[in-house]
Amino acid sequence: MRYAATGENDRVLRYITSRLLVAAAMVLLATLIVFLIANTVPGDPVLTQLGDVAANNPAIVEAYRHKWGLDLPIWDRYWIFLRGLAHGDLGLSISSQRPVIDDIAQYAPATVELSTVAFLLSLIFGLPLGVLAAMKRDSWIDHLARAVSLIGVSSPTFWLAFIMLAVFYGWLGWAPGPGQIGADQFPPPDVTGFMLIDAPLAGQWDTFWDAIAHLALPAIVLAASTMGLITRTTRAAMLEALSQDYIRVARAKGLLRRAIMLGHALPNALLPVITLGGLAYAQLLTGTVLTETIFSWPGLGRYTFQSAVFLDFPAIMGVTLVVAVVYVFVNLLVDVSYAMLDPRVMRR
Amino acid sequence: MTAARGAALTDTAAAALAAATSSAAGRRRRWRRRYLLAALGGAAVLAWALAALLAPWITPYAPATVNVAGRLAAPSAAHWLGTDELGRDVLTRIIFGARTSLIVGFTVVLIGGALGTLVGAVAAYARGWAEEILMRATDLMFCFPPIILAMAIAAALGIGTRNTVIAMLVVWWPKFARLARSLVLGQRSLEYVAAARTIGFAPAHILFRQILPNALGPLVVLLTLDVGNAILVFAGLSFLGLGVVPPTPEWGSMVSEGRELVSQWWVATFPGLAILTVVIGFNFVGDGLRDWLDPHARRR
Repeated sequence: MRYAATGENDRVLRYITSRLLVAAAMVLLATLIVFLIANTVPGDPVLTQLGDVAANNPAIVEAYRHKWGLDLPIWDRYWIFLRGLAHGDLGLSISSQRPVIDDIAQYAPATVELSTVAFLLSLIFGLPLGVLAAMKRDSWIDHLARAVSLIGVSSPTFWLAFIMLAVFYGWLGWAPGPGQIGADQFPPPDVTGFMLIDAPLAGQWDTFWDAIAHLALPAIVLAASTMGLITRTTRAAMLEALSQDYIRVARAKGLLRRAIMLGHALPNALLPVITLGGLAYAQLLTGTVLTETIFSWPGLGRYTFQSAVFLDFPAIMGVTLVVAVVYVFVNLLVDVSYAMLDPRVMRR
Repeated sequence: MTAARGAALTDTAAAALAAATSSAAGRRRRWRRRYLLAALGGAAVLAWALAALLAPWITPYAPATVNVAGRLAAPSAAHWLGTDELGRDVLTRIIFGARTSLIVGFTVVLIGGALGTLVGAVAAYARGWAEEILMRATDLMFCFPPIILAMAIAAALGIGTRNTVIAMLVVWWPKFARLARSLVLGQRSLEYVAAARTIGFAPAHILFRQILPNALGPLVVLLTLDVGNAILVFAGLSFLGLGVVPPTPEWGSMVSEGRELVSQWWVATFPGLAILTVVIGFNFVGDGLRDWLDPHARRR
């Protein structure tokens, strides 16, 4: 039943190894899919990049195709792409003319910062709300939780962002406008790439508080739907746990209601919440496209959108790949932590 | 010792009895509230469907008529929800926009759901290498964040409603494949399947005529909840300029057209409210369906 069995560690290790191998195979296959999508579609990057006038000149088009290797057979291009990948080279972005990996390294911290804050917000509000809703079922707080989570899940992110900007920036003037810091602030020297870390490191506390103020609205907008999901899942998991026999036993023993709720039901209810939380975080990291576009947030989401619009295939492939790796990795982490927390998983 | 245990047991029994009787009234109340929400959601969906169907007859203006003189007019008796930057009536465009949203929502979910169900059901019934291949392909699709992949595909295929729907279909089927597989796996070891096999029905007949109808409930719930989701994603892609071609009235692109107009708030606010109400409607209906189909949840 417990961890005493000698084979247990072995089994955890073997489980993790096999999951890692599968994940690696998945990532390799993902590169192929991304590559095929980027290369077999009718959209013509030459036309998008060069504009009408230059695209009518065959010599320019030819030189352009040759420069970017667009005249090579598709499998050669995939091989070149894979070989570069092995060296951490994702190719050159057509529109920024810089290595895609550099672009990603530059834009990723802003996205990680935004989605981490949003994730923490949704946990801080979603978890207690879900637990309370389950404890006081059918009370006003349960209805409130249901309404809040349903509206959060159902509102279009881009519209919520517009409303928040219009009300808190345009009308009330409580929040600063789009962007990561105000125009009157100097960005701190780049150490980690994270504004909230670099600014205090450089002693620029004004910049730090300004960055926090700029972060508030996009983080709330981004947190809305995740919070809804977490509230609903927590409530359902709590109710499920409360209907189990061990709760009845605990109640029969005369334990305090609070001890039963927080000591017996909650730990068991947290398992599905961990799964969902991990996936929700991965989704936040990648789902920032709309929020970043509206708030002019200098992150990966906006970069992806711009790359997609300009048919900048090396950039699209690079981002999709990096994001797929993050996805696979987070999934792996969720599975492994689940297996560690619930020993029954591996015995199946 | 035994007496104490006996007392404790009767205690629990009494508590259980009390809980059961006290919840009889509560259950009725819950039942009413639950289905009230579902009915409200159904009414919202139905209203939007009717509006979409009757759009040309219930709107006072044409959706694409430009009237530069009357541009950005505030809501008034003539234009209930105001006019946009080209002087087009916002209410008219919202009602016509319901057509695009509902059609796209249903198309994506029905075709994507059918594809995914087919993949998952065949995988679960065939087992062996066919299941391995089909489910690994499904896992592979889960590596990609749906929005980013759909965005890349939509951008690559070129802008237009049909291409965006294709892009969404590519990312839409996997969740249905997973659900259908687990449902069919749960059914295939039951006795009626063994009986059908003994009688000599063909595998396809057993799978599609016997197993699937029995496993349909959760699939229908996911379908319903997902229509709202599909409408949200399509509106998001449209907002980014990857959905409909400009003069077509569509909610996401209408919000996009009005996003800079903070003092003319009506241009972006009302189309967003339209999305919100229709998505909440589908969510309410889906929730109600789930409770109704799941006796375990219904009992609670």
